[in-house]
Amino acid sequence: MSASGALLHVDHVTVSFHIGSFIAGGRLMAVNDVSFSLDADRPEIFAIAGESGSGKTTLARVLLHDLDPTQGKVLFEGRDLATIKSRRDAMEFMRKVQPVFQNPFETFSPLRRVEDYLFETAIQFGRAKNRRDAAPIVDEALRLVGLSLDEVRQRYPHELSGGQIQRVSVARALIPKPHLILADEPVSMVDASLRMAIVNLFKKLRDEQKVSVIYITHDLATAYYISDRIAIMLRGYVVESGPVEKVLDNPLHPYTQLLQESVPRPTASEREQWAKHIELGTMEVKEYGRIGCKYAGRCPHVMDVCKQTDPPDVEVEGRTVKCYLYLDDAR
Amino acid sequence: MPLLQIEDLRAYYRTEVYGISRSVRAVDGVSMELYNNEIYGIAGESSCGKTTLIKVISGTLKPPLRVESGRVHYDFGAFEVDMLTIDPEELRQTVRWKEISYVMQGSMSVLNPVRKIIRTFEDIVRTHQGIPNKKLFLEQTQEHVRRLGLPPDVLNLYPHQLSGGMRQRVAIALATVFHPSLIIADEPTTALDVVVQRGVLQMLKDIQAESQNTVLLVTHDLAVHANVADRVGIMYAGRIVEEAPTQIIFNAPRHPYTEHLIRSLPTIGDKSVKASLGGAPPNLANPPSGCRFHPRCPLAMDRCRTETPEMITLSHHHRVACHLVTEAEA
Repeated sequence: MSASGALLHVDHVTVSFHIGSFIAGGRLMAVNDVSFSLDADRPEIFAIAGESGSGKTTLARVLLHDLDPTQGKVLFEGRDLATIKSRRDAMEFMRKVQPVFQNPFETFSPLRRVEDYLFETAIQFGRAKNRRDAAPIVDEALRLVGLSLDEVRQRYPHELSGGQIQRVSVARALIPKPHLILADEPVSMVDASLRMAIVNLFKKLRDEQKVSVIYITHDLATAYYISDRIAIMLRGYVVESGPVEKVLDNPLHPYTQLLQESVPRPTASEREQWAKHIELGTMEVKEYGRIGCKYAGRCPHVMDVCKQTDPPDVEVEGRTVKCYLYLDDAR
Repeated sequence: MPLLQIEDLRAYYRTEVYGISRSVRAVDGVSMELYNNEIYGIAGESSCGKTTLIKVISGTLKPPLRVESGRVHYDFGAFEVDMLTIDPEELRQTVRWKEISYVMQGSMSVLNPVRKIIRTFEDIVRTHQGIPNKKLFLEQTQEHVRRLGLPPDVLNLYPHQLSGGMRQRVAIALATVFHPSLIIADEPTTALDVVVQRGVLQMLKDIQAESQNTVLLVTHDLAVHANVADRVGIMYAGRIVEEAPTQIIFNAPRHPYTEHLIRSLPTIGDKSVKASLGGAPPNLANPPSGCRFHPRCPLAMDRCRTETPEMITLSHHHRVACHLVTEAEA
């Protein structure tokens, strides 16, 4: 896939933060040499999964042009995000890339009616001149998520259920007719009986509205359910990426294997497997500073080389794995 | 004798503002039993009353929460306690933390951020038992922590120096200092990553297996119950709608709500389309008439709108409150 034909092209992006005091500090690589591409012609749901502190939200901030990468670049529809300087360009970018966040009760101010946000978005992004023109646009977006303007009119956030308000925030993101939606943990605050409604909504948007979705989550089960491809992150690195069935049905990286195995299965028949004892790192924070593979401290297959230099990205069995174990298979 | 017997418990939040009284019926007619040596899981969505139920059975209720009727009776072997009539001072001295302890979500609220972990242990032991010999206390605490598989060094650290998983394991260590008969764990792993969650729950299971006490595990995550609990109770809108051994709940649920919950869970290796339930959980200030699930139930009949289904007991300690099941069994 060439960079110019891609909807989104993430090219060796690294983000480092300075931590500690001005004199005696260090650098923390929150995102480390991450690359991937989304195709413009074929909408897909791309999952970025990882535990807390794996760098997935930092990566999301880069993709939303909220944070500039320390190294590398991000191209959206062929344009480098670093060249977006003017307000007009920024608005144009925001029109095409829309976010959905984790906690809808934080997204919406409790003192404002939720419809105000929807009307404002419609007017801001030039889809309507005034509220009267905006009403059908807002209603259309709400209908896509299974609500209607009449249901939402005059309501404050606390008057809607968690599932409803999260659907409103997806509807808000749809108003500017974006090409890409970036959803950061959109269902982790939503109750089980309502969660699948939101998850299915993203599938519907991909299939019917041709919108690509970047789905950031720690929940591998929903990631498996909705996404086409997945990237597993660990301490800033993408350790394994590829089609979701390949990566999660048969993980190759030892970390993906541990992660996949640790997801509790909702059946009472696999208890033995899950109860197998695991070692927990006591000082997880230290893994960031580790030289070489970040997983070397916990990996059952660790070799000397893992502790010396970063493992290469190896193409094996239709996915990319950042691990020395598969170096021979690739040749 | 069961460890805990709850009979037709009703606990409402009653408020009166400017002459307008309002009651939220958070727990409305719950009957259940907890036995010695088991892990009982309570599952339910937010605002289904699970936290209120815990407040009542742990004796930590405060106004506006009031118990309207019912009975909460403990049998600790050596003595019995009626939770609704016990004197607060006696509760503190004989029951709390010694017989019933508590692990909650985000243990930052148990651990004092400006004191080392060992000081928190000291506070708890001093309050409930007293520390006549400080050296012995130190040794015993170190031994206790080591036995649970934690490095004794954690005792000299401050809470912020520990990772989330480690803090939660320290909270479990704190909850087990007196080897209580009942450990109530309210969403103990909700904010944790899957790998850490697995480690913390394994520790809780090990402790239970070793000391043969009872763990009441409350979480909305059914997959956790499937792997940890011996029996599971499903709560909906202030009531327990179904209760059975874990195998039965997951393999042969009878209540439409349970069935839906289990069927809609995504799992790795399964890409089939999962449907979502329409509607939203009811407002407990004004719950639906009859069976509280009827507005969302795909199988609702006329009877469900007016008549509250009784809890009936099927074989294998399987209890369910649903008119469909009652009619099928009759």
